[in-house]
Amino acid sequence: MESVFGLVGKDFAIVVADSSAVHSILVHKTNEDKIMVLDSHKLMGASGETGDRAQFTEYVQKNVALYQFRNGIPLTTAATANFTRGELATALRKNPYMVNIILAGYDKDVGPSLYFIDYIASLHKVDKAAFGYGSYFALSMMDRHYRRDMSVEEAIELVDKCIREIRSRLVVAPPNFLIKIVDKDGAREYGWRESIKDAPVAAA
Amino acid sequence: MSIFEYNGSALVAMVGKNCFAIASDRRLGVQLQTIATDFQKIYRIHHKLFIGLAGLATDAQTLYQRLVFRHKLYHLREERDMKPETFASLVSAVLYEKRFGPYFCQPVIAGLGDDDKPFICTMDSIGAKELAKDFVVAGTASESLYGACESMFKPDMEAGELFETISQALISSVDRDCLSGWGGHVYLVTPTEVTERILKGRMD
Repeated sequence: MESVFGLVGKDFAIVVADSSAVHSILVHKTNEDKIMVLDSHKLMGASGETGDRAQFTEYVQKNVALYQFRNGIPLTTAATANFTRGELATALRKNPYMVNIILAGYDKDVGPSLYFIDYIASLHKVDKAAFGYGSYFALSMMDRHYRRDMSVEEAIELVDKCIREIRSRLVVAPPNFLIKIVDKDGAREYGWRESIKDAPVAAA
Repeated sequence: MSIFEYNGSALVAMVGKNCFAIASDRRLGVQLQTIATDFQKIYRIHHKLFIGLAGLATDAQTLYQRLVFRHKLYHLREERDMKPETFASLVSAVLYEKRFGPYFCQPVIAGLGDDDKPFICTMDSIGAKELAKDFVVAGTASESLYGACESMFKPDMEAGELFETISQALISSVDRDCLSGWGGHVYLVTPTEVTERILKGRMD
């Protein structure tokens, strides 16, 4: 089962997602990227139905880019969150997207922000959020150790604690995790936490 | 589990002497898990009209957006704010439009009408209005709230006493309901001012 979680620090936000692509009992790959970079200062971590996840996050990414092309300025994180909720809500009673989303962004005037968006389009601005079976462990660890205004090092230490809990306590724990960070310098990959590496493909 | 109990909520509105109070709990949950403890359930339509939305959070957010849209349009056309009685009829009509695919919300409407006479009403998810002279309740804790309000309510309470009464009724009721609680949010509205207060209750 997929785990995504995120938290807000002093002037940054972090999103962490597991990276296994699973189909029933088979693990297709262990280095899947589930955190879409929407634009220079936004990250969208998503978990749920694989096709919906890939298609919906790409749809949001392209619409964010379209807004910037049309209007010359980028969307704010709050506006992106509300747009995403609107799309999920409109589709909800027709053909729902089974995707849970954690949206992280950095705006110059507001600073870092994190939004929890359920698959049934419940939106809430939060300091910490988690989805999946891993959320039972991640949220508890964050409730215990999280403080406002953590530095990057302290936040990564907390992220590692959460990953350690998920690995040790979840029966079908995902082996690898991807961490992405967004701050005033932009959205980027922070690092991997791997316990299984894909076997290298032999040269032809 | 019923769809109305998915997120958890408790709402109550009470009439006083030329004033009213409307209160809600602050929990946003996903079934047994608590996501946030600062979730807004009471929305301001205009300075003398408030609506609380119990039930499914996503539908509460969608419904609120639709109602604010309708009120803003009304304000542009009529050049005045809507009376609470009119607004209640609007909400009822909006809900009945979706009779065979309803919004899973139970609204609680409270406002000051002509001559600042307090008005409260609630309705079910398909718009059946229930007007009351004393108090109205909604949400997962509604049964407890009925009992608490019936025993604590007195007619023609002044603002201070009304605030105490509604707060005690809310806190004691949500303490018996696992899906609502984590504090309270009380709006006390008189013809001259609106006071918003946060209550500290059992945080569990």
